[in-house]
Amino acid sequence: MDVLSTLFFDYTFQVVVFGSSILGLLSGVIGSFAVLRKQSLLGDAVSHAALPGICLAFILTSNKQMEILLLGALVSGLLATWLIMVIVKHSKVKFDSALALTTAVFFGLGLVLLTFIQKSPNSNQAGLEKFIFGQSSTLLERDVTIMFLVGIVILIVVGIFWKEFKLLAFDQSYATSIGLPVYWMNSLLATLTVIVIVMGLQSVGVILMSSLLIGPAVAARQWTNHLSIMVGLAAFFGCISGLIGTVISSLGRQIPTGPTIVLVISSIVLISMLFSPNRGIIWKMIKNNQRKKEFASQLKKGG
Amino acid sequence: MENEQIEKTTAIRLNQLTVAYEAQPVLWNVSVNIPKGRLTAIVGPNGAGKSTLIKSLINLIKPVAGEVDFIFEQTKDENYGNNKNLVAYVPQNGSVDWDFPTTVLDVVVMGRYGHIGWFKRPKKKDKALANEMLLKVGMADFKDKQISQLSGGQRQRVFLARALVQEAEIYLMDEPFQGVDAQTEKIIIQLLKELKTEGKTIVVVHHDLQTVPEYFDEVILINRELIGSGPVETTFTKELIAKTYRQNQTKPWEEE
Repeated sequence: MDVLSTLFFDYTFQVVVFGSSILGLLSGVIGSFAVLRKQSLLGDAVSHAALPGICLAFILTSNKQMEILLLGALVSGLLATWLIMVIVKHSKVKFDSALALTTAVFFGLGLVLLTFIQKSPNSNQAGLEKFIFGQSSTLLERDVTIMFLVGIVILIVVGIFWKEFKLLAFDQSYATSIGLPVYWMNSLLATLTVIVIVMGLQSVGVILMSSLLIGPAVAARQWTNHLSIMVGLAAFFGCISGLIGTVISSLGRQIPTGPTIVLVISSIVLISMLFSPNRGIIWKMIKNNQRKKEFASQLKKGG
Repeated sequence: MENEQIEKTTAIRLNQLTVAYEAQPVLWNVSVNIPKGRLTAIVGPNGAGKSTLIKSLINLIKPVAGEVDFIFEQTKDENYGNNKNLVAYVPQNGSVDWDFPTTVLDVVVMGRYGHIGWFKRPKKKDKALANEMLLKVGMADFKDKQISQLSGGQRQRVFLARALVQEAEIYLMDEPFQGVDAQTEKIIIQLLKELKTEGKTIVVVHHDLQTVPEYFDEVILINRELIGSGPVETTFTKELIAKTYRQNQTKPWEEE
């Protein structure tokens, strides 16, 4: 317990925890729309596709400053999203195949570049591989300040376009028919998704970032039938996963943060799938049993 | 003079409308005037391009050639893009995920989004109108229900209510009677007839030949190309129906 209390009074640790919590919260909000639009895996493609961007940014600038690396990630993430949309629109390749294709190509390129960087004699190269699984201890106060400000902007945008995003997620054809600029709304939502993913690369990493996007939303859906409650709950689940995950990974030495956060959110998903009322598996089993018994007793009475 | 007469009674004018998926045309050279204030059925076999026709009217599918003009009462502008609110589209109810976390009332209020505009929330007036239309389609008791709990017929009625709150002049409905119960079918057709008496134009993709004479005033027979159009009494004839449903339709675009 002593370790924990020292930890909590540690300023650096406070910064890191705050950053991970913001990240989880934003993932929950944006992930809810991704899940409802059946685009969960888009997040996976984008985060994998960020790796070559990070590497290229480093190769081009020989600079390891976080803003520059994440700018590279943002560009290649957006490029991948755009590429997927173009492939789906202009060929017979379906969404899932386009997704798998783009993910593999970009991530493959990223790994090649990463190896190239690691083999090069540049002494400045160490640390890029941290982006694979994430290490939130690398979060600086400045990073978290930026995350906080960007996060507020994202929440405001979601608030402003709430009813449009809702309609877009529910019925895109109808949205088009009443004059919603569906193309631009889709692009806006995709851009927000890419931004959230890029923010998570540092602490969660390219491989597992999509779980943080999907997990909170899937868990939240189990507990409610209202979009607003679902988004709020997903934000909460994401937030506490970021918090708890970071605490656990800070307690041990060299425990990567990404996998820890993902394990926490996965536990929340599991509990939600099993025990939530109405939709939970256990709840359904109990209800079914009750009904069977009722039917049986009714049949007995009748016969 | 005669031309003006036609102008006044036409709601949608299609001129040489041609639609293709990839290089394969699915609708070929369709020119037809859909009359104002009437109930019109679009009839044809599976794959004849009925849904495609409706979707291409409102740009959900972009035609490769031809024009569509809408003649509205409230405006002289014949461009659909500028007057989307005056056309209410009712998609097939299988086209959305009914497990979406929202309520019946919420879905109906979505029909008001075009009126509400950007940056604003639905007001009391919008919700009152939604409640009124839910009452009309016999779904008032379901307004707070989650939409996954609805039957096929109830879903269709919710979609109809959503179109009604749009307060449009023209209603385009894609297979509204597909997989619905008898009660729903009765409610829907009664409402459509009511809309007609208010001077609205209703166009319905329909697959049940039996009910065409009972439900509709006008019929458009298509099988990739226009086979016939006009009042049901004169157009919905055995010969034309047979021609519409003839197997191995020749491909009109491959003829000389």
